[in-house]
Amino acid sequence: MKPAKFEYHAPASVGEALAILERYDGEARILAGGQSLVPMMNFRLAQPRAIVDLNRIAELAFIEEEGEVVRIGSMTRQRRLEFAPQIAAKLPLLHEALRWVGHLPTRSRGTIGGSIAHADPSAEIPMVLQALEGEIVARGPQGERRIAAQDLFHAALTTSLAPLEIITEVRFPAMSPQAGHAVEEFARRKGDFAIAAVAVMLVSDGERCTKARLSTAGVGPASIRLRDAEAVLEQQGLGEAAIAEAADKAAAQVDPISDLNGSAEYRRHLTGVLTQRAILKAIAPAT
Amino acid sequence: MSEIREIRLTVNGKSYQGRCEPRKLLVDFVREDLGLTGTHIGCEHGICGACTILFNGEAARSCLMFAVQAEGAELLTVEGLAKGDEWHPLQQAFHEHHALQCGYCTPGMLIAALDFLATNPSPTEDEIREGISSVLCRCTGYVNIVKAVAAAAEVMRGAAPHPLPLPASGEREGPA
Repeated sequence: MKPAKFEYHAPASVGEALAILERYDGEARILAGGQSLVPMMNFRLAQPRAIVDLNRIAELAFIEEEGEVVRIGSMTRQRRLEFAPQIAAKLPLLHEALRWVGHLPTRSRGTIGGSIAHADPSAEIPMVLQALEGEIVARGPQGERRIAAQDLFHAALTTSLAPLEIITEVRFPAMSPQAGHAVEEFARRKGDFAIAAVAVMLVSDGERCTKARLSTAGVGPASIRLRDAEAVLEQQGLGEAAIAEAADKAAAQVDPISDLNGSAEYRRHLTGVLTQRAILKAIAPAT
Repeated sequence: MSEIREIRLTVNGKSYQGRCEPRKLLVDFVREDLGLTGTHIGCEHGICGACTILFNGEAARSCLMFAVQAEGAELLTVEGLAKGDEWHPLQQAFHEHHALQCGYCTPGMLIAALDFLATNPSPTEDEIREGISSVLCRCTGYVNIVKAVAAAAEVMRGAAPHPLPLPASGEREGPA
């Protein structure tokens, strides 16, 4: 199908974009990479009165290191992040996850901020934001605020962003050079929506695991941290029994749905299996 | 009310201009307004990949963009691959390996493979399969397509670059 009529605006600055959004008072939609919004418009599931296209706002595309924080402009393309040496060096978990984000041509257009704002339950970028305890910077009529990953994703396609706010920046604490990491995902075909996925970031000190961060995609209404599994690893270390228990806790914590790709029970089982595999991969010596 | 927009852009090295509503999809603009019907449209929601073109040097699905977004852009469509009578190595390899039957997905396959090989000139078979996974073929079962991309990669590695009307800087930059 073809999209319904809309009024089109392509502002050159965030300030201008905010003014247009305010003028339409909730009836305008923000267009980032368009890889989710445009299909919804083609199906006429979305029929916004106006589109505010952020693709001409140069100030929203950047990758910068600021001390121990990697700052990424919200309109930075996923494909640029995939090739950015700073991302491979400082955020190897994000680097690894990007290969699972859509397909090559969708990553050429798709942006980091767009994926986060859309908050698809099966999306990998929100999962990484959760695991790395990142935050976003949002600008709106009341000014600028930061929202931590754990306060951002409420439900499927639902975030705590206000209707007139624009994500301007995504901030990740740089990963420790000693951290192990892994993404394990199950999908029908690489690039398709995750039926289940788990991201892991682990810091260990000898036998002890000093920091365990695990998060999900595809197994609930929003990406969540697997806090019970994290606690097991941080308390009991990274032995075989602890890893098995963490996987059981992970499977118990998630709240998946049944759909044509798999039953809730199947997704719960996958969560345990993928958690175990991801932990083992994260602690395996680098090759 | 939905005003008509003027759009100026470059396709396959040639300047074009046209007028359309903001809601017109880029693929429809390229086919209907510019008359370049080599780019195919299949699913219209970003699944099948038949409409893949190069947008400022990078593969993109032209059913997921509006024509107004292409103002000032440089596109490459399947019509821009051959140089006169000389086929692009990818086209030659698709021909030699019988990598198409009905041909519907072929424009998308060629363009997706072009961007894939630009960033991975020496791919493994698995990498090729992942690289072209964005385009669905319902005829050949992919085996011959994978062979053709591998063969083209070999030719493209050995030969001087086939001249394409592409933007000078193919760097992977964000907006516009």
